Amino acid sequence: MSAAATSIAHEVPPQAGPRAFLHRLRQGDQIAHLVTLTFAALILLLTSMLVYELWMNSHLSRTAFGWNFFWTKVWDPNFDNFGAAPFIYGTIITSTVALVLAVPLGLASAIFLSELAPRNISDVISFLIDLLAAVPSVIYGLLGIFIVVPLMRTTLGPLLINTLGNVPYIGVLFRGPNYGVGFLTAGIVLAIMVVPFIISVSREVLLTVPREQREAAMALGATRWESTWKVVVPWARTGIMGSVFLALARALGETMAVTMVIGNAAAIKASLLAPGDTIASTIANQFTEATGDLYLSSLIELGLVLFLITFILNGLARILIVATERGGGRPA
Amino acid sequence: MKKTLLVVWLMALTAALTSVNAAAQGGGIKLNAAGATFPTPIYTKWFDVYHTAHPDVEINYQSIGSGGGIRQLQAGTVDFGASDGPMSDDQLAQSKFKILHFPTVLGAVVPTYNIAGVSGDLNFTQKALAGIYLGSITKWNDPEIAKANPGVNLPGADIVVVHRSDGSGTSYIWTDFLSKVSDDWKNKVGKANTSVNWPTGLGGKGNEGVTGLVKQTPNSIGYIELIYAIQNKIAYGNVQNAAGKFVKADLASVTAAAAADAKSIPDDFRVSITNAAGPKVYPISSFTWLLIPAQIQDTAKRDAIKAFLKWMLSDGQKYNEALSYAQLPKDVISKESKAISLIQ
Repeated sequence: MSAAATSIAHEVPPQAGPRAFLHRLRQGDQIAHLVTLTFAALILLLTSMLVYELWMNSHLSRTAFGWNFFWTKVWDPNFDNFGAAPFIYGTIITSTVALVLAVPLGLASAIFLSELAPRNISDVISFLIDLLAAVPSVIYGLLGIFIVVPLMRTTLGPLLINTLGNVPYIGVLFRGPNYGVGFLTAGIVLAIMVVPFIISVSREVLLTVPREQREAAMALGATRWESTWKVVVPWARTGIMGSVFLALARALGETMAVTMVIGNAAAIKASLLAPGDTIASTIANQFTEATGDLYLSSLIELGLVLFLITFILNGLARILIVATERGGGRPA
Repeated sequence: MKKTLLVVWLMALTAALTSVNAAAQGGGIKLNAAGATFPTPIYTKWFDVYHTAHPDVEINYQSIGSGGGIRQLQAGTVDFGASDGPMSDDQLAQSKFKILHFPTVLGAVVPTYNIAGVSGDLNFTQKALAGIYLGSITKWNDPEIAKANPGVNLPGADIVVVHRSDGSGTSYIWTDFLSKVSDDWKNKVGKANTSVNWPTGLGGKGNEGVTGLVKQTPNSIGYIELIYAIQNKIAYGNVQNAAGKFVKADLASVTAAAAADAKSIPDDFRVSITNAAGPKVYPISSFTWLLIPAQIQDTAKRDAIKAFLKWMLSDGQKYNEALSYAQLPKDVISKESKAISLIQ
């Protein structure tokens, strides 16, 4: 350790000034520093330009509707009255449904693949899961139209209405006409789409947990399950949360698959079986034919709202991760 | 074997290189156009045939939607645009230069449905269609539907209404018709538009999305382009016209709609022909337009566009029916031919 330090000290004279800079340049350090710094700065530039463009081009809509844009429930191109409420609602509801379904499924699969399955089986399945993550979303949309929608209309929907629909409080989520398309169908399709992300990333993170951790837990008399659930998973908690927020980001922004199965109605309904719409789906549907200036501007403001939602949720995610780390679990 | 392949490959390469060379030497005229998706098949055919006949003129068309076509034309990024709905007075007033409308072909929108136990063509009164899409007629056995369909055993099931989720010329024509035949529609939903605030129903993306939802959902009704219905052999209903007759859409009844109004067509061709008068008229028909700047500085481009318009109005119309587009009536063609001279 100290020998290595002295040898580096020999190569790089500790003096400042142009000679030191040239020396470091020759070493490649400075070049690498500049190149990586430029690229990192580009990301910052890209993000700020995106926000700037959205902000400037939504000027008409922002001045016309102000804060009302967030809670107006009407989207009427004919009378130039635009509000984002139904789409904000639809975006949050479908993403929530997707995560509620996908997180337990994804996490359990990841635990099986990393802790319990034989390594060769785990590798084969992981390869297939990575393939699933790369399938274009329109394919998932078709899967939704041809399999999930009919299933929802004929079997799952009536089943939910007859069982959960009668339960107090949550019953309101499963009532009313059942068309097969709607919030729940979109949520299910989104869940299928994001599960590969959760499994793939979580498995990688679980595999990085040192073997000593497991051995130590077992040495203390823990069962395999206890060692996994009380030691390995908490150790990997930050990475698992990262996978969940990656999944959330994809669910929030998903366009094609959602628009194919959500029913595309600008309405806020309590029932998960009702048709609705999301921000991304609305923009994709209406952007090409939007002729009025205010109409176009409102669609761009919808984009700004989606950016804002993603920003807030990511912020919350950071706070959550910091909070759980303080609470213990993973050693620093 | 390998040698033959090599020779073939070399020949192909030489051919490709010479053709590239020829195009470069000819200094051909390249025109860019963008707009409506509905007439894309016929436009693609026209531009292709025209390029074969006139190798020096090449027209590149992007079907990005009518709204996009209008915007790109106004921004000056394309030489001409295309739209399924005529530009509004406001849009024309806002434009920095004068824009002319040229009708190219006719299209129509038809109601399609999926009702358990009903196989024949249903008749739809104007009131019935407006009521269904307003959400005021909710059952298939509503008297307004039943009285036009004697002998058909209509179920007492709820009607599932399907409309387009994406902005489209098809919705424009459909809502244009509904706003003309129903005061309720005009007051509550408003004028014709590519997207409206639908009072009820589910949205499907594109003709295929609407068709898919209607096919899958029992007791549903939707609307699709006539061409799409014909090409995919989808059954559709008859619609009552202004004369009170129930007419099934076909190329003849759509051309009849344009012919009925041909005498009174305004000089700028911005006219809606939905609910036109006449017993043989299919009432949910419409023109689709090319949008051309009245003043084109580049003389070569101007001449090319004028020549293409002349060709489109004569030889071009022959290609319509093979692709299920109705031809323009003679009166409209002669009026348009005169209007070409307005391009300067």
